[in-house]
Amino acid sequence: MKKLYQALSVLTALLLLYGFCQAWYIAPTEATMGNVQRIFYYHLPSAWVAFLLFFVNFLASVWYLVRRTDGADALALASAEVGVSFCTIVLLTGPIWARPIWGIWWTWDARLTSTLVLWLIYVSYLVLRHYATGGQVPVLAAALGIFGFVDVPIVYMAIRWFRTQHPQPVIGGGQGSGLDHTMWVAVLWNLAAFAMLALMFVWARYRQALAEHALEEAHIAGYDEARGEAR
Amino acid sequence: MSATPTLWSITRRSLAKDLRLEWRSKDAINSMLFFALLVVVIFSFGFDPTAEESRRIAGGLLWVAVLFATVVALNQTWTRELRNQVLDAYRLSPAPPQALFLSKTIANYLFVAILEMLMVPLFVVFYNLRSVGPVWQLLVVAALATWALVVNGTFFAALSIRTRSREIMLPLILFPISIPALLAMVDATTSILTGDNSPYFWMRLLAVYDVVFTAVSLLLFEPVLNAE
Repeated sequence: MKKLYQALSVLTALLLLYGFCQAWYIAPTEATMGNVQRIFYYHLPSAWVAFLLFFVNFLASVWYLVRRTDGADALALASAEVGVSFCTIVLLTGPIWARPIWGIWWTWDARLTSTLVLWLIYVSYLVLRHYATGGQVPVLAAALGIFGFVDVPIVYMAIRWFRTQHPQPVIGGGQGSGLDHTMWVAVLWNLAAFAMLALMFVWARYRQALAEHALEEAHIAGYDEARGEAR
Repeated sequence: MSATPTLWSITRRSLAKDLRLEWRSKDAINSMLFFALLVVVIFSFGFDPTAEESRRIAGGLLWVAVLFATVVALNQTWTRELRNQVLDAYRLSPAPPQALFLSKTIANYLFVAILEMLMVPLFVVFYNLRSVGPVWQLLVVAALATWALVVNGTFFAALSIRTRSREIMLPLILFPISIPALLAMVDATTSILTGDNSPYFWMRLLAVYDVVFTAVSLLLFEPVLNAE
């Protein structure tokens, strides 16, 4: 297992390096936006990976409530933490791109707003995990994880309507329509690299959460044993 | 008492108990009302609107005030049951957990509805409000929006009661999830007050939100109540 992890880590590093080369040297410079557009190769993969991880969190939460396995809870925790990290990257790289292109850091556009709300929901999930105590954490967290995910389509509907009703200062932000072939290649390589990176993080965090749990159990068992001997 | 207690009969009894407790102590209503009054007064220092402007901002102000006041009431819902281990006794009893959840939600709904009835006249007086759209629509929006706040709030209050620093925990988990409901209630109210847009999309969204989250809450309340 450890060997496999190390091998995959090396592969991930190589992929990231190759993705970097693709994004910075091979993909052509965008006609109107110039080099600033290259941040897109990090922005989009992070977004997709984050959304995927939130979906994994939902599945793990449901699985935990059905089966009550430690593994499901560890996976829910790991995917939420890594998902929030990638979502943070999305929210940081967006404004860096928007400032020179749109002239503003932030606008309450539909996509930006729904990503921000998604981020808020999963940060509150992590806050709950941090503040809850004892063996009830997994159940409470799983319940909130399901609530959060069920909320996503409603958030999306509400915010789209909210934004289409009002005139927008800045239109669009979607580059997906007319992407050059070499640009697509760069996007896909970076997507593969980021997905691998996320997988490695989730894997490591998952193992760590399981180990933490085992350690806790061992402490309790040891305590019970010591008490038994004292009697 | 009837021979076999049903979900509804237990809900009714539990609700009657909550209402009687509230009637005698008036804890939730009083603290909510005073809190909301403070919010309204402080808002009016912050903004000094004309009649036209106040129509546009009153929806937002009103619902934010109600939201904050609701949190004050929700925090007290379950703490009451912690005294003398009432909640543990309930968990041991064969009564369905959904009955407990429903009774708490309905009780909170009534408290918040009373609060709104007392607060709306205040808003009308302080902000010189007069609605352009029909008032019955406002009533529908209020009924749907209050349920949206209360059904999620009661559930999350049951979650946050199990955590450290529970008072602060409730808004931290309630607000992010409620964002679409808040957006819908504020925009529906503003649309009706100004008469500019049709509020129907928002009313439908609120109805969907209510149905979805009532179902999810009823489904997930049992594991949360019995979480060890």
